[in-house]
Amino acid sequence: MAVPILKQRHHLIASIQSALSDQDLLGLRDDLARLVGQHRALGVIIDVTALDVLDSFATRTLRAIAYMTKLRGAETVIVGIQPDVALAMVQLGLTLEDVLTALDLEEGLALLDQRLEESHGSQ
Amino acid sequence: MAVNRDSHVQVRIQNSADIVAARQQGRALASQAGFSHSNLTIIATAISEVARNIVEYAKEGEVIITLITDASKRGVEIVASDAGPGIADLTSVMRDGFSTGKGLGIGLPGARRLMDEFAIASAVGSGTVVTMKKWVA
Repeated sequence: MAVPILKQRHHLIASIQSALSDQDLLGLRDDLARLVGQHRALGVIIDVTALDVLDSFATRTLRAIAYMTKLRGAETVIVGIQPDVALAMVQLGLTLEDVLTALDLEEGLALLDQRLEESHGSQ
Repeated sequence: MAVNRDSHVQVRIQNSADIVAARQQGRALASQAGFSHSNLTIIATAISEVARNIVEYAKEGEVIITLITDASKRGVEIVASDAGPGIADLTSVMRDGFSTGKGLGIGLPGARRLMDEFAIASAVGSGTVVTMKKWVA
């Protein structure tokens, strides 16, 4: 099932609606890598609120998306990791390392705006 | 006292969509045993890892999730089995970071951390069986 991706100002918002298979996750990765260029996006938000499991494959793919979009010039923020999912990830031994996370969509957008302001301010 | 086995679900694992089916059906069954929401997530995550192991290394197999009772304890047992190539070196496979496939090498040792009991049996050329249990606290 393809994940809908919306454009809001210079950000892309991928809003996951239901459980994703590995193939769906790889599809999301490829879509985002393409759309960042197509829309000249500066930020990407992946909303995982609807996911009840983030296993090793999903975590690895989210990490890959964040690094890929960074190479294309856009910051990615993962938002909406549920408390039970966070607990299971920690017990499993999974980390998102230096990938940006935020509590929800609103916080994620605020974080992206803040990062963009900082990078413009430093120029 | 022997462990009693009640209702179970059996999910054939052949592709990545079956991994999702296994963890969803496992979660639904385990919820009947009275697990907390966070333990249901932990069980679903462990099922995902052992089912993925089947797809990645054996191509096909099955996951059977069973409600169990032992004296006054209630719990769930997950058996993931395949007739794939088997694992020559079980000690290495259970070590974090060891992977011969595309994975992080976190799947089996990670699943063991998520569950209360974990056993793996494997023979080269005849397959692998992972058995794990979690009890309602």
